[in-house]
Amino acid sequence: MKPGRVIGRVVCTQKYPTFKGERFLLVQPTDWQQNDVGEPIVATDSVGSGAGEFIFYVESREAAVALGEKAPPSDASICGIIDGVDMDETL
Amino acid sequence: MIVGKVVGRTWATARHPSLEPLRMLLVKHYDPTTEKTDGIPYMALDKNINAGVGDMVLMVDDGGPSRMILEDDMAPVRGIIIGIVDDIFIDEEFKNLESGPAGSDS
Repeated sequence: MKPGRVIGRVVCTQKYPTFKGERFLLVQPTDWQQNDVGEPIVATDSVGSGAGEFIFYVESREAAVALGEKAPPSDASICGIIDGVDMDETL
Repeated sequence: MIVGKVVGRTWATARHPSLEPLRMLLVKHYDPTTEKTDGIPYMALDKNINAGVGDMVLMVDDGGPSRMILEDDMAPVRGIIIGIVDDIFIDEEFKNLESGPAGSDS
C-alpha cells in the first residue's frame, strides 16, 4: 500500500456498469512526508475520503477487492485516511 | 518475497474494515549485498509477527498470500510481513559474477 493525497475528483456519466455509485478521486502519490512523487492517478474510494486528505491506496487486483462483492474493474483504490506517521529517517 | 527494514509505523482511524485489527508498518527495501535501504517505504501489515522499527523483515508484495494470512477473501491488502529475518548469508563466490552463469569457463 502506498501513500497519496486527494487533489480532486473525476466525474464520468458513462462508465462500466459495476462502477455505479463509486466515486473517482484524483490522487497525487506522495512519500510519507507528503512530498509529491510522480504523476497523479485516478482511484476509487472505499472509505469516504475527500480533497486534501492524506490517504493510502492499494493497487492492482486488490483495488477491486476493496469495493466489495461486485468488484468493479478498478486498478487503484483508497483504503484508509492516514492520521499520523512515525518514521525513523536514519534507517 | 522481499527483504525489508521496518523504518516506521502509521495509523489511520478511517480505514477499510478488513484492515482494522492490524498494525501498519512502513517497510523500506533492503539490499543484502550492499546492506543499504532505498526507495519510498511500502506499507505492510503485521499479523502476529510483531516486528518493530529497526527489524529486518521478510515481506510478501501480493494480494493472494495476504488474503490467505488474514483469512479474509475480501481484504484489499497488498504487502504483509511474514517473518523477521535473523541472518542473511551471501556466498561471496557467486555474489559478483562478471560473466555467464556459475560453472561456465569464461
